[in-house]
Amino acid sequence: MNKQFTVVGQPLPKIDAWAKVVGETKYADDLVLPRMAYGRLLRSPHGHALIRSIDVSRARELAGVYAVITAADLPRVKFGILPVSQDEEALCSEKVRMVGDAVAAVAAVDEETAERACRLIEVAYEPLPALMSIEEALARPEVRIHEYGDGPNVHKNVALQFGDVEAAFAASDLVREDVFFYEGNTHLPMEQHAAVAHATPDGKLTLWSSTQTPHYVHRLLPRILDMPAAHIRVIAAPVGGGFGGKLDPFAHEIAACRLSQLTGRPVKIACSREEVFYIHRGRHPVLMWIKTGFTKAGDITGCHLKTWLDGGAYGSYGVASTFYTGVINPVTYKMPVYKFEGARVFTNKPPCGPKRGHGTPQPRFALECQLDKAAEQLGLDPAEMRTRILAEPYTKTANHLTVTTIGLGECIDRVVDASGWREKRAKPRGQGPRRRGVGIAASAYMTGAGTAIYWNSMPHSGVVLRADRSGCVAVLCGATDIGQGSDSILAYLPAEVLGIDPKDVHVHPADTSLTPVDLGSYSSRVTLMCGMAAIQAAGRLRDVIAKAVARKLEVDPGELAFRDRKVGVPDQWERAVTFAQAVELAEAMHGVLAFAGSYAPPKRAGKYKGGGVGPSPCYSYSACVVELSVDEETGGVELHDVWIAHDIGRALNPLLVEGQVEGSVYMGIGEALMEGQVFREGLHKQPSMLDYKSPTTLETPDIHTLLVETDDPEGPFGAKEAGQGPLLPVPPAIANAIYHAVGVRCDEVPITPEMILKGLELLRKGKPARVGPEKIPLFKFKEPVVVESAFGQPADAVAARPFQSC
Amino acid sequence: MKSRLSLSVNGEAHDVLVPVHKTLLEVLREDLGLIGTKHGCELGECGTCTVLVDGEPVLSCLALPADLAGREILTVEGMADGGRLHPLQQAFAELGAAQCGYCTPGILLTAKALLADRPNPTRQAIKEALAGNLCRCTGYTKILDAVELAALRMGQNGLMGQGGLTSPIVGRRRPGEGAPTANPI
Repeated sequence: MNKQFTVVGQPLPKIDAWAKVVGETKYADDLVLPRMAYGRLLRSPHGHALIRSIDVSRARELAGVYAVITAADLPRVKFGILPVSQDEEALCSEKVRMVGDAVAAVAAVDEETAERACRLIEVAYEPLPALMSIEEALARPEVRIHEYGDGPNVHKNVALQFGDVEAAFAASDLVREDVFFYEGNTHLPMEQHAAVAHATPDGKLTLWSSTQTPHYVHRLLPRILDMPAAHIRVIAAPVGGGFGGKLDPFAHEIAACRLSQLTGRPVKIACSREEVFYIHRGRHPVLMWIKTGFTKAGDITGCHLKTWLDGGAYGSYGVASTFYTGVINPVTYKMPVYKFEGARVFTNKPPCGPKRGHGTPQPRFALECQLDKAAEQLGLDPAEMRTRILAEPYTKTANHLTVTTIGLGECIDRVVDASGWREKRAKPRGQGPRRRGVGIAASAYMTGAGTAIYWNSMPHSGVVLRADRSGCVAVLCGATDIGQGSDSILAYLPAEVLGIDPKDVHVHPADTSLTPVDLGSYSSRVTLMCGMAAIQAAGRLRDVIAKAVARKLEVDPGELAFRDRKVGVPDQWERAVTFAQAVELAEAMHGVLAFAGSYAPPKRAGKYKGGGVGPSPCYSYSACVVELSVDEETGGVELHDVWIAHDIGRALNPLLVEGQVEGSVYMGIGEALMEGQVFREGLHKQPSMLDYKSPTTLETPDIHTLLVETDDPEGPFGAKEAGQGPLLPVPPAIANAIYHAVGVRCDEVPITPEMILKGLELLRKGKPARVGPEKIPLFKFKEPVVVESAFGQPADAVAARPFQSC
Repeated sequence: MKSRLSLSVNGEAHDVLVPVHKTLLEVLREDLGLIGTKHGCELGECGTCTVLVDGEPVLSCLALPADLAGREILTVEGMADGGRLHPLQQAFAELGAAQCGYCTPGILLTAKALLADRPNPTRQAIKEALAGNLCRCTGYTKILDAVELAALRMGQNGLMGQGGLTSPIVGRRRPGEGAPTANPI
C-alpha cells in the first residue's frame, strides 16, 4: 500500500545547499571574533616517553604571546568519551603515549607567533619503548602503555557464546577456517578540526567546534575545566566532513577553552592536516580468525569469530568498537549459533575509534570473503547462496538482536539483474594480461545505537517546534549536520505533517543552551531518532491547530487536511484557512505554540553483559556487485562499475539517500584498494593528502545506486539509515571480484598490486594463491559469557518505545 | 616585512598591507574576509582552495599575492551574477553535489574553468578536470552529474524558463535506476 506524501520521497535540494554553493557556510575556522587570539598545540615527537620537565619561560617571553599552558594549568582529571575508558588528558602531565600527544598550548596574536612560541617550549622526555603492533604489545607486558584494562596492554577482552558452535561444526558438511586482516585507515574529512572558545567576564564559556557530538563535549567540559555545566554553551559549527572523526572531545577544544579563560580573549585553534592524521580516531586495524560451518546447500550451521583490534594509545570508543567487530554479522544470514571473542590492544599509535561503519566493515570483509570461498567449494553461485540463507524478518538473532524488515533479498536480486551477473560470471574472463571479474557481497548495519554511551532513561533525541504567526515553523534540535542532510530532514518531516513547504521551516544549529539534546551524528541514528521526535512534535502542533481551525469552521478536527499551506476540509477546500491564519487561531486558543517531541529507542538490549551493543530500532541492508579488471603484468586493479542496492526502508529524499550510498561506496573503494594508516617507529608514514592515497574522480567508477523500500515500522515514515551501511559490502565485493578475475584470494585490505602479483606468482608455482595474514597471536580470551541462542525467536510483537505516548 | 599590494578580486580592487610571504589563501580569508575559499591541506594536495586567476584554476595555498598584481582573481563569492546563481551553483544545489560543502567552492571554480574551455565536456573530461579536487562525501557522482547539467543548461541558455527543460532535475538517472520501488511487506 502506498502512502500519499507531498514532501517525503521528493528529490529536493538540501536546505543548506544554497549557502554552501555560494561559500557562505561558516565552518568553525571561518569564525572570527573581535580581539581573537590564535592557538597552537605543542605535540610529542615521541611514541612513548615520560615527561621529565617542561619549561615554557622562553615561549612566554616572546612578543605577541598571550598565554602558554601545560597540564599544570588544567585540573588533574582524565577523561574519555566512554565512561569505562577515562584515560586521556588534554595536555599530558607525566607521560606521552603517541607521537602527536599534546603537551602544551599557546595563545598568541597570530598563528605564526603561536607556532614560534611552541618551538621555544623545552620539554625533557625520557623515551620508553614504543609498542607498534598487536604482537609487540602482547609480547612485552613489562612495557605498560596504561595501568588499566583487561591485562597488560589489553584494553578490552570479551567473549560471548550463543549456543554450541562446536556441535554445529561437527554436524556440518563443510567447515572453513580463514584469517583476514583489515588495515586501519582514517576519515580524512576535507575540513580540518577547528574550535573557537570564548570565555566571558561573567564566568561563562561558549565553544564553537567542528564536532559531531556537541552534547558529549558539553558533558565532558565541566569536569575537564572544573566549572558548572550550566555555564558552558557548546555550539556545533557546520561540519566539513566527519565520518566519525569528530566524535571525541579533543585537546584543541579543551586548550582553546582554557586559553580563553586565561587571556580573556576568544581563542581559535585550527588543526593542521598533519595533526588531523594523528588525532584521527579512525578505522581500527583488525586481525580476524573466522570459522564457519555450512551444509551442502550453503546454509550456515554456526560461526565462531575472533578479532584482535589495534586500538592505539587511548580508549576512545574502543570498547564499543570491540563489540561491534562481533555483534552485527548475525543480522544478515541465518546463523543459528554464534561465538565471538574479541580483544582490543593498546599500542603507541594514534587511537582508533569510530569510522563510517564503526567496527563492522572488518568482520564483514572476513565473512563475505569466506562465504565466497565456501560457495565455490560447494559449487554454489555466491549470489544465489546468499539469497537462500537470508535472516528472517521479525525474528531474533543468535545474539538476541531483534530484526524487523529485511530488504536484502530484493537488494541481491536487483544488483544481480542490473549488473548482468549471471552472464558475467559464466563467460570467459578476458584475453591477454587484463582479466575481468565480478564479485558480490552483502551486508547489514544498524539504524542508530539502541543505547546511549552513558546509561540513562532520557530521550536520545529531542525536537522543539515553534509555530510563528507568519506561518513559519522553527525547529530546535541538537543534531549536527555533517553534510548528510540531517537539518534538511528536520525541515522535511514537519513540513510533511503540517502541509507546508520545507522552505517555511527554519532549522537552527545545535546549541546546548537552546536546542534539546540529540546525542550526536553517529551510529546512523539521526534521521531515525530526530525524525521520530520531529514527527511527534509536529503531530502535537498539528492537533492543536486542528482543534482551533475545527472550531472556526464548525467541523470535527478529524475531518481536516493540512496541505498546500492550508488547513481545511477536503471537500470544502474553498473554506480552508491559510496555515498562517490557522496558527493565529491556535495561538489565540492555546497560547504560544511550542511543542516538543522525544525519542528513545525500544529497550531491546539482550539480557547479558555486553548485550547493550548491537541493538538498534532496525537494520539497513545492502548488496553490491563490483566489476573490475586486473592487469596480470602490473597487478593493477581498475574498477569499472559498482552496482549497489540498499534497503533504505523509505527514501525520505532519494537524492540525499543516493548521495549517502555513493559516498559510502567511494569510501569503501578507498579502504579496499588504497587507504592505510601506517606507521614507522611511532611516526605516521604518510600524514599528507598526497601520500595518503584516496580515490579521486579518476579512480572512482560509475556507481549505480538502486533503492529498495521496506517501510520499516520503527522508522520515520518507514525510513532506515543510508550513511554507513552501503560501505560495508564494497571491500569484500572487490576482493571477490579480483578472485573471479585472476584466481587470487586477497585476504587483506588495502589490496595492493604487490599482493596481487605475489598471488599470481603463487598460482604459477601451483601453490594456493592466497595473500594475507599467515598467523594469529597467542592470546587467551576470557571465559565466554554463555547465553542461549535466541536464533529464530519471533520479534516482540509490539516494540514499546519510551516517550511514545507521554 | 609587510608590503602593499593591489589585488583585483571578483572585479573589485583591493589594497592590502601584508607580509610578502602570506599566501593568496590567507590574504583572501584573513585580509579580505572572503571565507568562501577553504583550506584542506595548505600544501597544494587537495584542491580545496582553488580559485581562478585570469580564468585558470590556481591553488591559492601555493600562490603569492605579490605575483598577482594586475591579474583577475575569482573566488566562489564572485561566481553569482548579483543575486542570480551561476548555473554550476544552481546545479550543485539541486542535485545534491554539495554534502558537507567544504570542497564545493574549489570544485565549482575548477568546473567553471573547464566549461569556459570546453562547453560540452564528456564525462571523462569532467573527471580529468576535477581529478585534483578531493571530495570525501559524494563519491563524485553527483558532482559529475551537476557539471553535466550546468553545461547542458548553459548550452541551452535561451531555452531555460521557456519550457525548454521541463524539470530542474535532469540528472543522469537511467531507466530503472535510482527510483525506489515499493516492497509489499
